[in-house]
Amino acid sequence: MSHSRRCAACKSLRRRCPKDCVLAPYFPPTNPQRYACVHKIFGASNITKMLEQLPVHLRAVAADCISFEASSRVEDPVYGSVRIISQLQEQITEAQTELVKTKGEIAFHNAQQQQQQQMQQLQMIHAIAQEGEDQHSWLSSSQQDPFPNVNQQLLEDYNYSNTFFGFEF
Amino acid sequence: MGGNSPCASCKLLRRRCAKDCIFAPYFPSDDPHKFAIVHKVFGASNVSKMLQELPVHQRADAVSSLVYEANARARDPVYGCVGAISFLQNQVSQLQMQLAVAQAEILCIQMQQEPVMPTPQMDPDDKSSYLFHDSLPQYLNFSSSSNVIHDSFKRESIFGHDMVS
Repeated sequence: MSHSRRCAACKSLRRRCPKDCVLAPYFPPTNPQRYACVHKIFGASNITKMLEQLPVHLRAVAADCISFEASSRVEDPVYGSVRIISQLQEQITEAQTELVKTKGEIAFHNAQQQQQQQMQQLQMIHAIAQEGEDQHSWLSSSQQDPFPNVNQQLLEDYNYSNTFFGFEF
Repeated sequence: MGGNSPCASCKLLRRRCAKDCIFAPYFPSDDPHKFAIVHKVFGASNVSKMLQELPVHQRADAVSSLVYEANARARDPVYGCVGAISFLQNQVSQLQMQLAVAQAEILCIQMQQEPVMPTPQMDPDDKSSYLFHDSLPQYLNFSSSSNVIHDSFKRESIFGHDMVS
C-alpha cells in the first residue's frame, strides 16, 4: 500500500496513513464499509489494540473475524453473530433427535428381521423332525407282523420245539 | 439503582451513577467482571450508543449477547465468536451426514421388505428429512479452523427464552 493512499481506517479518522499503519493491510480504501462497521461496533483504538496484541501472521484472520462480527451486529443490533450460534445449536438438537429416532427404527427393523429368521429356522427344524417321526412310524408299522399269513399255532409250536432241545434259533 | 450504590460500569469508570444510568439495570455492582470484559472489547461509549439505539425491552438481550461475544473474544483473540460458529457448523455437517446414512439404510430395509415397489415416494415438504445439505446457509466464506474448541458453546444456553425466529 503506497503511503500516499490512505487506508479506509485513516481516511475515516481523517489522519495521515503511516507506512507501518497497523490497520492498513486489513482495511483497504476500496472497501470503506468494512471499516465503517468495525469502527461503529468496536472503535478504532480497540481494533488497533486487538491486532497489535497478535502475531502478524494471525492478524488477517483476526481482522476478518472482527469484521464478520461487526457486520453481524450492525445487521442485528440485539443479537449480532450470537443469533447464528443459537440457530446452529437448535439445528444440532433437531438433527440429534432425528438421528436417534432413525437409528431406533433401524434397530427395530433389524430385530424384527432376526425374529423372522429364527422363526423360519424353528419351523424348518420342526418340519425335519416331523418327517423323521413319520418315517419311523411307517417302518414300525410295516414291521409289526412280518408273517401275516402264517398260522400262529404252527409258529408257537416251532418255537417250543427249538427251546426244548436247549438251543435257540 | 440507588444513589449510594453505583453500578459496575460507573464504578469502573469512576463516575457518579445517575438515576437514569443506561448501564445500571444490566451491569449490577455485584458482577464487575461482566462490564469489565464488555468495556475491554467494545468500549463503554460504543456499548452506551448501541443500547441507546435499542428499545428498552430489547436491551437485556443485547447486553447478554455483547457479554457472550466479549467473553468469546477474550478466550480466543483471533477467532472470537467465529470459532464457535465454525465448530458448530462442523457438528451440524457431521450430524447431517450421519442422518443421511441412517435414512439411506432405512430406505434399503424398506425396499428389501417390499421388493416389487415403485420409485420411493419422497415428500418434498417432509421437514423431518435432513437431506438438504445444500440449503444450509454458509455463514463463513473464508477458511477458519480454530484450534480452541470451546466445550461451553456446545450446550450453553445464552438466553432464558426462545430468541430464534
